Amino acid sequence: MPEATTMATTGAPAGLNLRYGEAINAGLVRLLTELPETLVYGEDVAKPGGVFGVTRGLRRRFGDRVFDTPISEAAILGSAVGAALMGLRPIVEIMWADFSLVALDQLVNQAANARYVSRGEAPAPIVVRTQQGNAPGACAQHSQSLEALFLHVPGLRVVMPWTAQDGYDALLAAGYSDDPVIVIENRTLYAGEKTEVRIDGPPRPAGWTTVRRPGRDATVVTWGAITARVLAAADRLVADGIDLEVVELTWLNPLDLTEVLGSLGRTGRLAVVHEANVTGGFGAEVLARVAESGVPLSTAPVRIGTPDSRIPAAPSLAEALVPSVDRIAAQLTKLVQEKP
Amino acid sequence: MSDDRLPDPTQGLADLHGLWRIRVLEEKVRDLRLSGEIAGSVHLAIGQEAGPVGVCTELTEADALFATYRGHGWALARGVPADAMLAELAGRTTGLNGGRGGSAYFTAPRYGFHGENSIVGAGAPIAVGAALAGKHDGSGRIAVTVFGDGALNQGATHEALNFAAAFKLGVVFVCENNLYSELTPIADMVAEPELYKRAAAYGMAGERLDGNDPSAVRDAARRALERARAGQGPTLLELMTQRLVGHYIGDAEQYRPAGEVERAKQTEPIVRLRAALAAEGVPDTDLDDCENGAREEIEQAAAAALAAPIADGATAKEHIYA
Repeated sequence: MPEATTMATTGAPAGLNLRYGEAINAGLVRLLTELPETLVYGEDVAKPGGVFGVTRGLRRRFGDRVFDTPISEAAILGSAVGAALMGLRPIVEIMWADFSLVALDQLVNQAANARYVSRGEAPAPIVVRTQQGNAPGACAQHSQSLEALFLHVPGLRVVMPWTAQDGYDALLAAGYSDDPVIVIENRTLYAGEKTEVRIDGPPRPAGWTTVRRPGRDATVVTWGAITARVLAAADRLVADGIDLEVVELTWLNPLDLTEVLGSLGRTGRLAVVHEANVTGGFGAEVLARVAESGVPLSTAPVRIGTPDSRIPAAPSLAEALVPSVDRIAAQLTKLVQEKP
Repeated sequence: MSDDRLPDPTQGLADLHGLWRIRVLEEKVRDLRLSGEIAGSVHLAIGQEAGPVGVCTELTEADALFATYRGHGWALARGVPADAMLAELAGRTTGLNGGRGGSAYFTAPRYGFHGENSIVGAGAPIAVGAALAGKHDGSGRIAVTVFGDGALNQGATHEALNFAAAFKLGVVFVCENNLYSELTPIADMVAEPELYKRAAAYGMAGERLDGNDPSAVRDAARRALERARAGQGPTLLELMTQRLVGHYIGDAEQYRPAGEVERAKQTEPIVRLRAALAAEGVPDTDLDDCENGAREEIEQAAAAALAAPIADGATAKEHIYA
């Protein structure tokens, strides 16, 4: 992570060319530098620098505020809650979102309750960094998209950054948040292209959404890594005369649908695309809120996601399930061509 | 067992008073539950008072105590006021948490009591984090986490024990072994019923002791706390005790063999300490004062608690987020 080191030694330049993983690293550097009450720990994060290299260099630089732990998700999350109750701001890593399932108690029964029960006297401002989703060859226990599970839990915040800038900003906002925040990253993004990332701004308030592409024919709401496929599908459909507006929800809690509802007021057609399977997915919540808002839709809204299936390891099998650019494009075409 | 040791009369009277405070508090809680002032599931610590009385005198203000749903006595011994606790149990605005925690999940951080927990074993990793924070914030804080025998069969407790031992964190794990994991004998659920022996496998100190004797508990707690404060890592204490009541109010206790509770009543903390002090020549009036003082305190606390307004439903959605 030479860029992060540069920032450290020269003070904060306005923008750096960073990959997504490097931007997360830069965010961690900034939090560790600015907030002495932060710790960074988890499985293999310190000396090895993380299985995806995201936390490389932090141990060397910040000493025992960055440390490796046993393979003990309940102890990682539980100790984070306990340290937070005492006034620290632990940033812990759950290597794969799938692994959080062995320790959900500490998130749902403990972290999410701390502020509520104590009426704000002893909150648990922890940051849980994790990553999720399918990648070629990943097995059923390393492929799930679990955001809806966390989003069902009042008391937790959830953010799913897709760009390097959002990765940096999301982590920074999470570190400064007084609520427990789950930052869901995606390992297919870590080593992506370098883009310019501004690292000198103040923490952004949680809850931002971004219109990734303006358009007039339909509003496509999406989040996470699959945003790239949605944008690719939208670009492809230009040739067919279809002009889609793509709104990326970086934060799913807090959820701000102002942009989405405004967009729907213009397009009248709604699709939600997520990598998670459809039933009980967060797309259902988006559709429900749009329905409750009373914004008139000219056609029935559609949810595009992975079918309700387990995720197979073989790439050919997984590709048959996780929405592809082709499938997204086909379903969006159908949405737009449907007669009101 | 330390039955033969003579208690120091001054400490003994203080302990007897401490035991009675918890006993009377729990009796009051039971009355209020049965009269309907307290709703829901209530777990009493009648018979298990010596643990909190022995441990809590050894804690400093900076230390952090974590208990379970059977935690009223631990909170009281830690210094949490009885009136605010009873108000909490009775769902009053003046309750420790304004009625959000109830009997089984209240917290009182300003008193160094960082919460009961209604999930068996869940408090152990949280206490480990409090000790971890103590290492980084310069407070020197030691964390004490209390749980029952059943919690030692929870994965989270195992993870906490290992995590604390691996990093030599200042944690005292206090297992109150009352022989029952809820309604099931712990002996039926483990191949090795001497639970403290697990400590050796984690590379930490472990000790089984008479959990009905406040001075024995205090001595062991002191050793464990000294070890923790010296940076020598955690300790697992196994306090042998028995509850004289059900797991919860309403527990029919068919699972307990005939005569078990009656026998336990011969060795419960108050009966034993009172007899020992009387044998040393402490006058009956002094012994009676321990009970009377406790009764007066708890009566007043209950009256104050019940006089307060019921928690206002309009506030129920407050404090979910910052």
